[in-house]
This record gives sequence, structure tokens and C-alpha cells, in this order.
Amino acid sequence: MAGFGKTLGRAVTWPLTLVARAVDPPLRVWQRWTGTGGMAAVFLAPNLAIFGVFVLIPLVLNFVYSMTGGTGILLDQRSFIGMEQYGRLLECEDYTRRITCREDQFWTAVTNTATFVIFQVTLMVTVSLITALILNRNIRGRGFFRAVFFFPVLLSPVVVGLIWRWILQRQGLLNLITVNLGLEPEVWLNDRFYAFAATVGVSTWAHMGFYTLILLAGLQAIPRDLYEAAEMDATPPMRVFRRITLPLLGPNFAVVLVLALIRGVQIFDEVYVLTGGGPGTSTLYLTQYIYEVGFASILRNPGLAAAASILMGAVLVVLTLLQLWFSRRAEGRRAR
Amino acid sequence: MKFTMASFAALAVAGFGSAAFAQDKVEVRVMWYSDGIEGEVMQDLLDRFEKTHPEIDVVLDNVAYQVIQEQLPIQLASGKGPDIARVTNLKEQAEHWLDLRDYVEDPAYWEANFGDRFDWMRPDGSDAIPGFMTQLTLTGGFANKTLFEQAGVEMPGDGATWDDWIAASKEVMESQQLPAAFAIDRSGHRISGPNASYGANYIGDDRMPAPIDDGTMTFASKLVDWTNQGLMLPEVWVSAAGTTYRAAADDFINAQIPFYYSGSWQIANLSTKIGDAFDWVATGSPCGSAGCSGLAGGAALVAIKYTRHPEEVAAVMDYLASEEILREFTERTLFLPAHKGVVEAGGLNFQSDDPNVAPALDKFISASTETLPFADALPAWKWANAYYGALVTRISQVMAGEISLEEARTLMDQDIADQVSAASQ
Repeated sequence: MAGFGKTLGRAVTWPLTLVARAVDPPLRVWQRWTGTGGMAAVFLAPNLAIFGVFVLIPLVLNFVYSMTGGTGILLDQRSFIGMEQYGRLLECEDYTRRITCREDQFWTAVTNTATFVIFQVTLMVTVSLITALILNRNIRGRGFFRAVFFFPVLLSPVVVGLIWRWILQRQGLLNLITVNLGLEPEVWLNDRFYAFAATVGVSTWAHMGFYTLILLAGLQAIPRDLYEAAEMDATPPMRVFRRITLPLLGPNFAVVLVLALIRGVQIFDEVYVLTGGGPGTSTLYLTQYIYEVGFASILRNPGLAAAASILMGAVLVVLTLLQLWFSRRAEGRRAR
Repeated sequence: MKFTMASFAALAVAGFGSAAFAQDKVEVRVMWYSDGIEGEVMQDLLDRFEKTHPEIDVVLDNVAYQVIQEQLPIQLASGKGPDIARVTNLKEQAEHWLDLRDYVEDPAYWEANFGDRFDWMRPDGSDAIPGFMTQLTLTGGFANKTLFEQAGVEMPGDGATWDDWIAASKEVMESQQLPAAFAIDRSGHRISGPNASYGANYIGDDRMPAPIDDGTMTFASKLVDWTNQGLMLPEVWVSAAGTTYRAAADDFINAQIPFYYSGSWQIANLSTKIGDAFDWVATGSPCGSAGCSGLAGGAALVAIKYTRHPEEVAAVMDYLASEEILREFTERTLFLPAHKGVVEAGGLNFQSDDPNVAPALDKFISASTETLPFADALPAWKWANAYYGALVTRISQVMAGEISLEEARTLMDQDIADQVSAASQ
């Protein structure tokens, strides 16, 4: 039996051994020539190739598309028009009145997205932190609650949108409850305020499990002896939280902030299913605007959609860099 | 042991043989959407085709209408797509249809029976045979007869105006405690018949888009007022942004609204889903100041020019376009026929036990004589979709209280101009 296992093992590893023997001599030469730094480049190359094909090249292509006009999809069907699409997006007679902008829906989407990000990221980080703090305590059924909070992350965004649509629609679950309580039914998704609140609440519900997990990992990495020392000194809990938990959670907090911010700006699928951008354009966010202009409109404008996505990407890069700079500065201060 | 080995060998040979045989078959993919039961009917017809044409494997890909509207155009624009597709956006994508003239058995048959509507689906000035209309459609209304009777409200008769219908539906709504009096599908196409009835004209003298006129604004203003008064179901128009299509058929089927404006393609859908839950009637199009016009249209089955098997595609199209098959398709799907021979022969035996169906079909056939010339011109007009998109987007915003009607008028003109300019870059 052992002999058979050995033979099987050899049969399985034989092709790999063959490849390893084939690439070994040139790699040795390469290492002798470039040192260990050169070897790192070799091992990074496959990943870089994938990154290049699926991220970098599309990014460059997107930029090229943003400088072309027409309704065709293929580049050879499109004409070069320089920065005209950017000009069209940014052209406004009066920047305080969106309706005077040439692409008023773009500005509506920008404003809606900014408002959404402010509310959603604040709510997301706060709720995730509170949840992580609770789940970090030695409570009964901790494993079960961790699974419960993480479960929505596993759902497809379309499913999340549909579930909440069924809850919030005119003949939905929420109205069934309110009517049984003797209240008037409300068309929640037709009200600007409720629809916006629903998009913030639903997206927070759907993703907070992920951020809770990151914060929980950070909390568990904080050495217990620091808390024990604080306890011996009879330090009040809020002071322990401000002086020990929050500073040591800093790196995880930065990760959560950056990811939540990026995800917030990119919000699309669950909101598209839940509200479709309505009522009116009150929950029309940037990615839906780009999708509508580039793909869903009867007469598509891929160039304009590409320009809008480049602008969105640029804003995201600036925000992320700013956030990283702030968190590094804070870390530096703490280190001093 | 020998027997087993021999069996394996035989099986392997048979397997390779059948695989090789399967590879000899040409696969023709059809992208298809359904409003009612036509997908099942089409599958049955194609199964019969495959029995007589074993060398062709026809795969019917049933997709949502939104896929046809949003994903198929992207595939086509990048030179890909199915071999055949059922589409409603005929003129706009005409450059992607295959000219079947050199492939079909008898081009004269196609010209004679479908020629009147080829201009709906081919570029201006072309003599191509891109496909055929699977059915003609006409926009029009449906009323829940049972709800009207329960409310003791008389249904408006022929020649009734939009105001008459909404007033009567309002009475039913109040009496039966319904969420709304009526709904119109969220679509620029759907409101263009009513717009025409109030004197709208989108087509300029040079065949380019004309500025939004008073006819369009009159009906838009009525729609906004009815929405603000809670008479039009807000979920359909207000609860979405952009050009998203939303039908209100489910709200009518669930007896949430007594009056629903959609079109003849809903007949099979309503019959199947409503069953004997309540009685319903087709009402034709309510009247405006200029007429009582619906908007003609329909779905076409078109061959895609990127196919690698034009001969096989033409064989499938020849079969589906034959008079016998189209007659059966029409009778089973309860659609209005688009085949001249089928129409002229008459005597269609629509296959439905539902007593609501035959009068509804008759109503649409009689309403088709009332369409206004402008409405008849729209299906073959290149810029109709630019107009439809602008109408839906901006009127929804007015309903949601984001902009005024006058601002919407300016923005619609600007949107249409932008679309024309983008298309000509």
C-alpha cells in the first residue's frame, strides 16, 4: 500500500519536478547575475502579469476611451475628441445649481454619493466597532453571534437588494407590521428620506460583518497584559478604551476606513436593485450613473461613462492617500 | 475480463463516434425574451424543426427583456452576439442585422408577406431582409371589469378621453380602497401614443428630432398632476432613475389598479396569470384633443450578421417565417399577426378558453385603425429612442419634485440634442 502511495505521489509530482528541473539552471544564472532582488522580481512576475492584464491595461484603455466620442464600442469605431467628455461633465453655468450643469445627473450623482459616503462610512465604522467590542467580550453564544453578523456578507448584493425590497415595498413585511399595529402603510421607497436611509442602512447591514471581523482581529491582537495593568491601576473603562484600545486598533481602523470609503463610493448593485436610483434621482449614485450612461441607456455614451469613472477613480485615490497620510502621521506621533 | 475490456472499448468507440457526430451539428443560438407564453411555444416549434433538420441544433436562450435591452446591444457593438435574436429596438441597431436576401429560399415570399415593415428594421434606403416581425403590437389600455362593477362605476365607452378614464378609475380606487387609480409602464414608447393623441410630433421636417412641443407637454403635465394627486401608482415611474424600464402588469394582475395602460402583448400574460380571478377588458387608447391613438410596434426575429452559419440561420428563419408556422405561433401566443398572408386569410383560431381574450384581441384590432400618422411614423424613425429616453428620465424627475415641467422641457431638448451629437461624433 505504501509502495502504491509512493508511486502515486511520484506520478503526481513528476510533471512539477520536470518543470522545476527545466527552469532551475536559468534561474541559477539569473540569481547569480541579479542577486536575490532579481529573484523577487521573477516570483512577482506572474502576479504582475495578471494585474497588468486585468487592471492596468483596462485602466489605460478606459482613459483612452474617455478621450473618444460616438456610440460605438470598439476603439476603431470611435473618434478622438481630446478632453471634451471631461469638459462636458464639468461644465456648469452656476455650480450651486446642478440643473445649470450640462450633465446635471452627473452632479446629482456626485452630491448623492458624497452624502451617502459621509453617512454610510460613519455608521459602518461606528456599528462595526461597537459590534466588534461586544463580540470580543466573553459573552454566551459568541461564536453564534459572530456567524450571524458575518452571514449577510456571504449574500449576493442582488439578493440583499431583493430581500430588503420585499420588506420595504408597499405590500412588504414592514407595512404588514405597521398595519397590524394600527398605523397607516407607508410607501417607504417612494419617500426621498426613507429611500436614502434605506440605502445607507441596507448597505451597512450587508457589509458590517466584514469590517467587524477586521476590527475583531485587531482587538484580539492587543496584549492582555495591558488591560490587566490598567485594571490593577483601577483605570476607568472609557479611559482604557481611549488610551489602549483605540490607539492599538489604529492600523485596523485605517484599513476599515479606507475599504469602507472605497466601497461606499463604488456602491451600486444592492442600491440598484433596491431603489433603482429613485425616487426621482435621490439615490442615484456615481456607479449607477456610469452604468446608465455607458451601458443601460438606449443610446449609450461609453466615452462619457469612461470619463466619469476616471474622475471617480481620481477622487478615490486622493481620498485614500489623504487617509493613509493621516493615519501614518498619527502612528508616528504615537511612536514618539 | 476480456468481455469487460471489449465492452469498454465498444463504449469508447460509440462515445467518440457520437461526439464526432455531435460536432458535425451546427449550433444556432437564439436569444429570446417572453412577455407571456411565447417562449414555450417557440421551443416546441424549434423542437419540431430539429426533427426535420438533424444537422442543425437550435438552442433557445430564454433571457429577461432587460438583457435584450441592455446586454445584447453591447455584444452587438463589439461584433459578437447570438445567431438570431428577438428584439424590439429594431431601427437603432439595424447595422448589426444580417441581410438574409442571399440566403433565404424565396426572397419574394419574404417581400410579399413582411415587406411593409422591413423599413422598421433596416437602415434608411436599404433593401435588406433582416428578419420578420413575430407579432405586431399596439399600445392600449386594460380595465379590471370586476372592480368597476363592484364599485358600481360605469366604464367609459368608445371615444372617452384620458380625463374620463382617470376620473372613473379614481372613483373605483376610492370605493375599493386601492393604492392607485391607474398606471402606465415606465417607458417613453408607452406614453408616445397618448402624446400623439394630444397633438405631439417628435419628427422635424428634416427627419431630425423636433423640439418638445405643446402636445407632449400637455400629456406630461397631466401625468405629473395625476401622480401628485396619488392617482398614478408612484412605484412605476417615480421609484427609479434614468431610463430604467418598469412594467405595471403585476399591479394590474394583483388587482391593485383598475386601469392599466400597456399594450396588446400583455394579453397572453394577463390571461395566464389572472385566470378567472376577475374579468378584464381591453379598452383601446383613451382620446386626447387630436385623436385616440396608440403606438404600433412589435418584436422582430432578426438574424445577426456576426453569425458563422448564415445558411443554417436562414434555414431556421425560413421555417419560422413560413405561413403555417407563423399562423400556429399567432394562434397559440395570442399575438396580433404580422404576416400578410395570415392576416388576409383570416379565420385565426386563437387557442384560449379565457372569455376575456377574444374581445381583447378584437378591441386591439379595431383600435389599430385609429392610430395617427405621426404614431405610425415613429417605429421607422431613427431618433425615436433618443426621445423616449429623455421623456422617461425627465418626467420622472418632475414627478419626484426635483425639477419643474418647464425645466424638464429645456432639459429634454438638451438631452436629445446631446444624444444626436454623441451619435454623430
